[in-house]
Amino acid sequence: MAMTMHVDIVSAEGELYSGTAEMVFAPSEMGDLGILPRHTPLLAKLKPGEVVIKTSEGEDSIYVSGGMLEVQPHVVTVLSDTAVRAKDIDEAAANEAKQKAEEALKNRDSDVDLAQAEAELAQAVAQLQLLEKLRKAGRH
Amino acid sequence: MAVGKEIRTQIKSVKNTQKITRAMEMVAASKMRKAQERMTASRPYADKIRNVIGHLAHAHPEYNHPYLTSHDEVKRVGYIVISSDRGLCGGLNPNLFRATINSAKEWKEKGVESIYSIIGSKALSFFKRFADIKAQITQLGDTPSVNDIIGNVKVMLDAYDKGEIDRLYVVHNEFVNTMTQTPKVLQLLPIVASDEKELEHHWDYLYEPEAKDVLDALMTRYIESLVYQGLVENIACEQAARMVSMKSASDNAGSVIDDLELVYNKARQAAITQEISEIVAGAAAV
Repeated sequence: MAMTMHVDIVSAEGELYSGTAEMVFAPSEMGDLGILPRHTPLLAKLKPGEVVIKTSEGEDSIYVSGGMLEVQPHVVTVLSDTAVRAKDIDEAAANEAKQKAEEALKNRDSDVDLAQAEAELAQAVAQLQLLEKLRKAGRH
Repeated sequence: MAVGKEIRTQIKSVKNTQKITRAMEMVAASKMRKAQERMTASRPYADKIRNVIGHLAHAHPEYNHPYLTSHDEVKRVGYIVISSDRGLCGGLNPNLFRATINSAKEWKEKGVESIYSIIGSKALSFFKRFADIKAQITQLGDTPSVNDIIGNVKVMLDAYDKGEIDRLYVVHNEFVNTMTQTPKVLQLLPIVASDEKELEHHWDYLYEPEAKDVLDALMTRYIESLVYQGLVENIACEQAARMVSMKSASDNAGSVIDDLELVYNKARQAAITQEISEIVAGAAAV
């Protein structure tokens, strides 16, 4: 039997593949990589493309939109992104989040300090606890 | 019969409320199951990336990543607060805010200011009155994607890179079980190394392309995955809390209806008795 290694392909939103393989091909940013068992530890960034898993039964291929590849001698892990990532796209997302925050702060209707907010909160929590107590008392 | 018309309308209105709360309870129950599934689905990624980070902490990288080394002096801290968008879920959000404020207050006593990155409208409307909010996103719905939170996380990571903050926390509710959700303040940065046993020999990864590039991308994804996990977990918590509070609302409505029906029946009885006695009195008078 040929030597095999364990392959996991996961994205933040779910597991995509898990099993054993004889060889794995992955699209690294520096060019395609072919990984056989007992490969030296490696960390690589992946570009969007196809990860091909060669098993004794045949080949499986999974599309990834970029991500990370970790290789340990007998384990290969692909951490797939859920969408294509680029520096400027990330930057735009950050700016949007910032802008939204500024807008929200602009129409700040009242100026409250931390202590006041805390007092209000304590009141709300106390009310909730009282309700809980009343509910429990009502049941018995 | 004109007796107790007000009471009957009141009973009807409470019954209508009960219908709504019961429907909300059932909707929350089914949404909770789905949210729990998503929570489990996101776990493999988090586990794997934690493993990689664990390996990395024990490897001897040629490049020491700033996220792994803690700053000596803490001048400012950052919080990423994850709340729900909607209310009617009991004490879920107030408890979360209290945990956040308690933590911020501890820092404040040491003269450390805090800045916030907000996810969810409830947290926004609470924190915007007094806190320094650097980023916010709301209305993510029940099926958020990692891409939705990239901006919020990046703002905080940039602040850390520039030395504007020296610690970063994420605050969200932890799903203990359907009845219990507890607020949790988790430190994101600097990354707390896991205590795995050290590998004996010296080794390091091969990096492709440069160590710095790879590690930057990896760390960013790690932090994002932690925040994303917090987000999906918080959604499961929200639905569970809503289910429980709507259930008790339906129960309360039931007991209100019982009480009102009792009052109504008594009034009806009294009216009948009165009528009979009037007739009898009338007959006796003839």
